[in-house]
Amino acid sequence: MERIQMRRQLALMRQSFFDQGFLDEQFIQLEELQDDANPNFVEEVVTLYYRDSSRLILNIDQALERNPLDFNKLDNYMHQFKGSSTSIGAKKVKAECTQFREYCKAGNSEGKKDKLGPWRQHVAQGIDGRGQKKKQDLTWQNIVIDKSKIHTFNHQKNGCPSGITMFWFSM
Amino acid sequence: MENGFSSPRSESFPAGLRVLVVDDDPTWLKILEKMLKKCAYEVTTCHLAREALKLLRERKDGYDIVISDVNMPDMDGFKLLEHVGLEMDLPVIMMSVDGETSKVMKGVQHGACDYLLKPIRMKELRNIWQHVFRKKIHEIRDIEHENIDIIQMSRNGSDLSDDGHMYCVEDYNSKKRKDFDKNDDKDFSDHSTKKHRVVWSVDLHQKFVKAVNQIGFDKVGPKKILDLMNVPWLTRENVASHLQKYRLYLSRLQKENDLKASFGGIKHSDFPPKDPAASYGHQSSISLNQNDVANGYQFCGSNFIAQDADTKNHEGDLKIVSEMTEIKRALTTDVSDLQKARSSQSFGPSFASLETEESYPAFDSTNPPEFSWSENTETQVKKELKPHPQLEDGYSQLPPHGPKPQIQMNQLQSDPAVTSALSMTGRDISGSIEIKPLFTELKSKHVSHVSPTESAIDTFPVQTKSQLINHQSFEPISTVISSMKPQGFNLSITDLESCQRNLTSSDPNFAPINEDLTVWLKGDYYSMNFGQSIDFIDYDDPGFLAEVPFYLYDPLTADFQCPIDSTTECPIVDQGLFIA
Repeated sequence: MERIQMRRQLALMRQSFFDQGFLDEQFIQLEELQDDANPNFVEEVVTLYYRDSSRLILNIDQALERNPLDFNKLDNYMHQFKGSSTSIGAKKVKAECTQFREYCKAGNSEGKKDKLGPWRQHVAQGIDGRGQKKKQDLTWQNIVIDKSKIHTFNHQKNGCPSGITMFWFSM
Repeated sequence: MENGFSSPRSESFPAGLRVLVVDDDPTWLKILEKMLKKCAYEVTTCHLAREALKLLRERKDGYDIVISDVNMPDMDGFKLLEHVGLEMDLPVIMMSVDGETSKVMKGVQHGACDYLLKPIRMKELRNIWQHVFRKKIHEIRDIEHENIDIIQMSRNGSDLSDDGHMYCVEDYNSKKRKDFDKNDDKDFSDHSTKKHRVVWSVDLHQKFVKAVNQIGFDKVGPKKILDLMNVPWLTRENVASHLQKYRLYLSRLQKENDLKASFGGIKHSDFPPKDPAASYGHQSSISLNQNDVANGYQFCGSNFIAQDADTKNHEGDLKIVSEMTEIKRALTTDVSDLQKARSSQSFGPSFASLETEESYPAFDSTNPPEFSWSENTETQVKKELKPHPQLEDGYSQLPPHGPKPQIQMNQLQSDPAVTSALSMTGRDISGSIEIKPLFTELKSKHVSHVSPTESAIDTFPVQTKSQLINHQSFEPISTVISSMKPQGFNLSITDLESCQRNLTSSDPNFAPINEDLTVWLKGDYYSMNFGQSIDFIDYDDPGFLAEVPFYLYDPLTADFQCPIDSTTECPIVDQGLFIA
C-alpha cells in the first residue's frame, strides 16, 4: 500500500520536475541507460554529480568572497559546473550557470557584484531569511534536508532510484 | 581502394572498438562509460590528461580512438589532442559543453576528428567508429602516395629505367596493400584495428635525426634516411611518417615561437609574397635569425648541434628580411632548409595521415608545392609567422630545427590546416617551454611568477592561470573558516553518506555564517573541504607538472625538487623529443 502510494508520489514529483524546468531530456537518457547490469545507475550518477558539484560550489563561493572578484576564475568554475549539470540534465542549474557566465563575461567592472548577489540568493538561500522561498529557490539547505529524507526513502523503497535523484538536482 | 577494406572485416566491427575517454568530470566519465558500453565498445576511462597519455604510451596499439573533454585542469584538451595525434596518430574526438564556433574551430585546427557538444547522446557515440575507419583508409592512401614518391624521387636522381622502377614500385605497392589487408584481416577479427606501429625509441629517433642531419635538410627523404639509419626492420613508410611528424613538430616549434614574439613590430608588407622565391626569402629571414640564435643556444642534444651546422650551409642564398626581430631567433632554424628540401621532397604522404584529412586535398594529387604557394602565400605566410612565440633564454632547450617544408605545405591549405599542422608539431616545444615556467612556479610557489611565463604559449596561460588560481584559493580558505557561523540544520548533513563522509557531525567549530554559500557548511565540513581543496591543489601541482611534456613526466613527478638548471633540462627534453 505504502509502496504504491510512494511510487505514485514519486512519479508525480518526477513529472513536476520536468514540468517546472528543473530537469530536461538528459535525465531521461540517464534513466534509459539504467539496466540490469547497472540497476542503480541513475543514483550513482547523481551521487557523483552531487559530490562534485558541492566541491565546485565551495570553490565558487570562495571565489565570490574575494575582493575584487576574479571573473575569469569564476567563469571557469561556472563552466565546470555547467558541464556537470548538463550531465544529469539539471536544466535550471545549467541556465543559472549560463547567466552567471554572462555576468562574468560582462564584467570585470565594479557593479558586477550586485548582479551576482541575486544569483547567489537564488542558488543558496541565506539562512538569515533573505530571498523568498519560492519553489524554484530550492537551496542547498533544502537539498541537504531532502537528502536525509532521501535516505529514509531509499530504505523503504528499493527499486526506485529515480526518487532519490529527484531531490538532488532540484536546486 | 582495396576491396578488403571497403567493408568491415568481421561482423562485429565496430563492436569491441577500444575507446579511451578522458574527462575531469566524474559524472560525465561514468555516463560516457555506460553509453559506450552500450554501444558494445571497450571502454577505458581516466580523468587526467597525463594519465591518459601514460596509458596511451604504455600500449601504443591499445586503443583505437580517444574521446577527450576540452576543459581539463591538468592539461588543455587541445594539447592532449596534439600529443595524441603526434605520438600515436589516433583519431581524437573533443567534447565540451561549450559549442562556440571558435572552440570548435580550434578543435579542428588541432586535429580533432570531431567535436561533440554536451550533453552527448547515445546515437552520437554509436558512430564514432567511422573516424577509426577513415583513418585506416587514409593510411592506405598514404602508402600509395609514398609509392608515387618513390617513383618521382628515383626518376629525379637515379639511373633506373622507368620500367624497372615502375615494376618495383608496383610490386611494392601491391605488397604493401596486401600486408595492410592482412593486418586488417587479422585485426578486425580480433576486434581491434591495430596498426603495426613502430615504437620510436630514443635511440631510434637519434639515429633518425643523425641520418637527417647527415643528408641535409634540403635533400632529406625517407629512403635516404632509411638507408643511412641502417635499421633492418624499419620500413620506408615508418620513416616517412616519422619524418612527417618530425617536421610537424619542428614547424610547431617555430609557430609557437612566433606566436609570442612581438610580432607587431614586423610588417607583413615587407615580405614579398608574390612568388615562391620571394616567399622563400621571407621564410628564410626567420630562419636566418633563428640560426644565429640557435647556434648560440646551448643544446645538449648533439643532434641539434649537428643540425645547426647543417642549416648554416643553407643560409647562403636566403635573403634576410630585416624587420624580423631577434625574438624570432628562438625559432627553429630550418625554415630555409625546409624550403630547399621542399623542392626535392614530395609531400604527398605526409599529410594524408594528419588528422584533418579534409584539410589536405592538395596532397592527393601531389602537386608541386610551389604552385599553390604562390596563390596563398601572402596571407598564409603571415598566418604562419604570426603565432611564433617569443622564446628567450629560458627556452634554450628548443631544438634548432625549423619547420620543414611542411610549413609551406600547410599554407597551401586553408588557414585552419596551417595552424593544425603547425600546432601538431608544437607539442614538444610547448612542452619544453613549459618546463621553465613550471620550474619557476615550483621554485617560488608564488602566483606572481606565473605571469611572465604566461606569455610563452597560447595554451599555457590557461594552465598557469588555473594553477595560479588554485594556489590562490588556498589562502581564502583559512579566512573563510574563521568566519563561519554555526548552523543547526547542518547536523542533518552528517547523516548523509556522500561527500560529507568526513564530517563528524557532532562538532563544531561552527563559525558565523554569512549569506553566502557557506551557509550550510560547518567548521568540520569546511575543514574537510579544506582538505579536499588542498588535495585539489596538490593535485593540480602535479597537474602543473604535467604541463611539462610527458616525456618529462617520469623524472619530474618524483618530486618537485626538479633541478632547474639548464643542463638537466636539456637531456630531459632530448629524451622527450624522442619518445614518439
